Amino acid sequence: MSREDYEIVIGLEVHAELSTKTKIFCSCPTEFGGEPNTHTCPVCMAMPGALPVLNEKVVEYAVKAGLATNCEIARNSKNDRKNYFYPDLPKSYQISQFDMPLCEKGYVEIEDENGEKKKIGITRIHIEEDAGKLNHNEFGGGSLVDLNRAGVPLIETVSEPDIRSSKEAENYLRKLKSIFEYIEVSDCKMQEGSFRADVNVSVRKKGASEFGTRTEMKNMSSFRSIVRAIEYEADRQIDVIEEGGKIEQETLRWDDVSGKTFSMRDKEDAQDYRYFPDPDLVAIKLSDEYIENIKNNLPELPESRKARYMSELGLSEKDSNLLTASKHLSNMFEKASAICKNHKLVSNWLLSDISRILNEKEIEADQIPFTAEQLAKMITLIEKGTISSAIAKKVVEELFENPKDPEEIIKEKGWIQISDEGAIKEVVQKIIQANPQSVADFKAGKDKAVGFLVGQAMKETKGKANPQMLNKMFIEELKK
Amino acid sequence: MEITELTVHELKEKLANKELTITEITKAYADRIEEKEKDIGAFVTILKEDAMKKAQEIEEKVKANEIKGDLSGIPIGIKDNICTKGIATTCSSKMLENFVSPYDATVMEKVNNENMINFGKLNMDEFAMGGSTEYSAFHVTKNPWNLNKVPGGSSGGVAAAVAAGMVPWALGSDTGGSIRQPASFCGVVGMKPTYGLVSRYGLVAFASSLDQIGPITKDVEDCAMLLNVITGHDEKDSTSENREKVDYTLSLKNDVKGMKIGIPKEFYGEGISEEVKQKLEEAIQKYKELGAEVEEFSLDIANYALATYYIIACAEASSNLGRFDGIRYGYRTPNYENLKDIYKNSRTEAFGNEVKRRIILGTYVLSSGYYDAYYKKAQQVRTLVQAKFDEAFSKYDVILTPTAPTTAFNIGEKKANPLEMYLADICTVSVNIAGLPGISIPCGLDKEGMPIGMQLIGQKFSEETLLNVAYTFEQAVKFRENYKPEFKNI
Repeated sequence: MSREDYEIVIGLEVHAELSTKTKIFCSCPTEFGGEPNTHTCPVCMAMPGALPVLNEKVVEYAVKAGLATNCEIARNSKNDRKNYFYPDLPKSYQISQFDMPLCEKGYVEIEDENGEKKKIGITRIHIEEDAGKLNHNEFGGGSLVDLNRAGVPLIETVSEPDIRSSKEAENYLRKLKSIFEYIEVSDCKMQEGSFRADVNVSVRKKGASEFGTRTEMKNMSSFRSIVRAIEYEADRQIDVIEEGGKIEQETLRWDDVSGKTFSMRDKEDAQDYRYFPDPDLVAIKLSDEYIENIKNNLPELPESRKARYMSELGLSEKDSNLLTASKHLSNMFEKASAICKNHKLVSNWLLSDISRILNEKEIEADQIPFTAEQLAKMITLIEKGTISSAIAKKVVEELFENPKDPEEIIKEKGWIQISDEGAIKEVVQKIIQANPQSVADFKAGKDKAVGFLVGQAMKETKGKANPQMLNKMFIEELKK
Repeated sequence: MEITELTVHELKEKLANKELTITEITKAYADRIEEKEKDIGAFVTILKEDAMKKAQEIEEKVKANEIKGDLSGIPIGIKDNICTKGIATTCSSKMLENFVSPYDATVMEKVNNENMINFGKLNMDEFAMGGSTEYSAFHVTKNPWNLNKVPGGSSGGVAAAVAAGMVPWALGSDTGGSIRQPASFCGVVGMKPTYGLVSRYGLVAFASSLDQIGPITKDVEDCAMLLNVITGHDEKDSTSENREKVDYTLSLKNDVKGMKIGIPKEFYGEGISEEVKQKLEEAIQKYKELGAEVEEFSLDIANYALATYYIIACAEASSNLGRFDGIRYGYRTPNYENLKDIYKNSRTEAFGNEVKRRIILGTYVLSSGYYDAYYKKAQQVRTLVQAKFDEAFSKYDVILTPTAPTTAFNIGEKKANPLEMYLADICTVSVNIAGLPGISIPCGLDKEGMPIGMQLIGQKFSEETLLNVAYTFEQAVKFRENYKPEFKNI
């Protein structure tokens, strides 16, 4: 049998750090960074006798996330202890939720491989606390524990095993990320680990009714790695089965450098977490009114923004999709359009050159270094004819390297477009003299020759000549 | 009378009418500790010098009218599982032998706000697990009534220190009887308040859903006064109740006419010593004389409550004590090559046998495959126990039982038999299981001259009723006026 005879089944558990100001069970700041162990107190250091008190904002944010992903919100919920020993876990238990999560039975809509709409089920969303961080001493001599992150609130979103390809997995993750960003419950900064996924992969023969045995890859925080890891792991599993082997249920580690997965621990030493209700905390009871109130105050979600772009701005479905996929991109679009009043041009630039550079740099829209104001200024400069598109491309590159007012950039770099008729004419005449063959071609009816000549003129002026003026003047001169 | 024999309300009066000064009182207690501590061994940490210094400071401030407060300068002792900033908090465990808390427990803040003088940290069974204080990792505490007997536990150091006059009152903690049983063994008053009445913030957790801090005092009036200090909502403890503050001393009416007292016959059955039963009968008689209506009824929960208690308490303890892992504070083994060694050897070397026994038991009952049969079942029984008590309190104002099945036993007598030790909690644990308030007051001596305690149980937040019923008996019987410990070796 070949790879085509198999179906990949993927389930994702996403951990998103909530952007509350304070931790989930104490009033320490959640801020990223800071000297080790400075954002700590007796509670998050698990000093003897210290007690947790649930941050109400955490519940509110989790309910928001649940509502935005079509979940049912539990009126009665509780916190449970998950017991295990690890140096980054100061209490030797993590306060999480076991059998009564805040949100259950939701879904998000994504596009599948063929661009068709598909619902991915969400089993549950629950609240829990993050662990600290171990800093491994590169010179040997052990590891140091930093508890700044201990107690930072997380929501864990568990999907149904509805995902069938690495592409769908990526689409689902991007969708979830954008929803959380839109409703402002998490900044989803993957590079800081505030949006990360445990990836469960299994394969089965197409048409089979039972799932295959799954393996899990933990704590993955880049779309590229996740896609590669799924592809690799699915191939590996198919190979094992094709060779008559059996898949072991185990936890794997994805190594980005070698592009392979490695076994971390197998089912044999599976931990018994001894979940039980945390007696230090009281039951979480939510009223219908409380939930209704959050529902009524949810910010605009990507779906409705997309609909608005299509109906009000006349953007294509494809462009609207791309723009709204990230709240940061969409916000930049709205802000820049509002300033320069040319949403079409803003959209084009965001989806072409800017997206291309983001891809090349492997960064996300939230890491765009320049502001919407700077982008709008550049669009205005194009519209006024101060710079050509060719120059604008260079301006965008420069904005990524050295973000500042585009007007200053073009002044400093001497990139102001030549729109002076005398100067353009001079260039045109020079190029005509140097390219007699093209002139002859034009006269023989080959209109394309003009394009070549314009290109030569742009080269001569290092892209600064106004291309529309060049085009017009070449035709005039050649027709003489 | 000696200064150290006075109650706090008596000290307060003498301070008010200038018969005594704060430094005189402090000096008297420092001398008393000097004299008696070598026999009793109630303390883990003694703060005599600190106390004298603080006494002078407070005295000056009071003179200068900079501070007020009726309890300024009153000495106090603190069980060594209540966190005290800058002072060792050991839980009488090798695990925390050198641990100094970076913060004060909420009750400590309240005590300090009253400008009381902390004389030191008091010995206990390791992590409050035990009923004799013999499981302290440091030393045995002796019963002031007979130095060959245990003071009870786990707040044995607390009860012994108060009984011996080394502090006028002290704070203990009670998870299954750890205040009431030692109070009974040492002939003093001990109260476990309703769960949620006193903040647990800063009490090193043994079993979070059962633990409660409470007073051990010489008499009921002092108990009411110390309760006034430590109660109140604390936003740092989610399980602390937000209730209006009351002045418990106002509840001491010395009148029980028409009160309905229930006598659960199961608490007077097998395993309860004849002498204890007899003194309780006398107490019942006394209440009748005082005008209370006394009635026997059936409360068939004691045996279930004990099993339920040991499952829930151990389950919670197994998780609560996970933080003692040798990583951030406390004991770390010198013998390790890897992470697993640090955990295993630190905990093996620094926890005593009783603590290990309970961690193992608790881990077992929470394990997958056993959870439903033990932990879940225990929680269901817990609900039943609560319902049985609710039913009883629809008929009675208070319930009267022995505090412990026997008087204080000999040192070493039960140490090797944990099950027998667990049975010593049989009268007290159901109160914790149901989250109710309970108070133990002395009601007589046995033939050996050891105190016998009786327990009054009330419904949730009925501390005022309990205190009044206890007070009325105390005023009628005058135990403290008639008997005092003699520090004998019998």
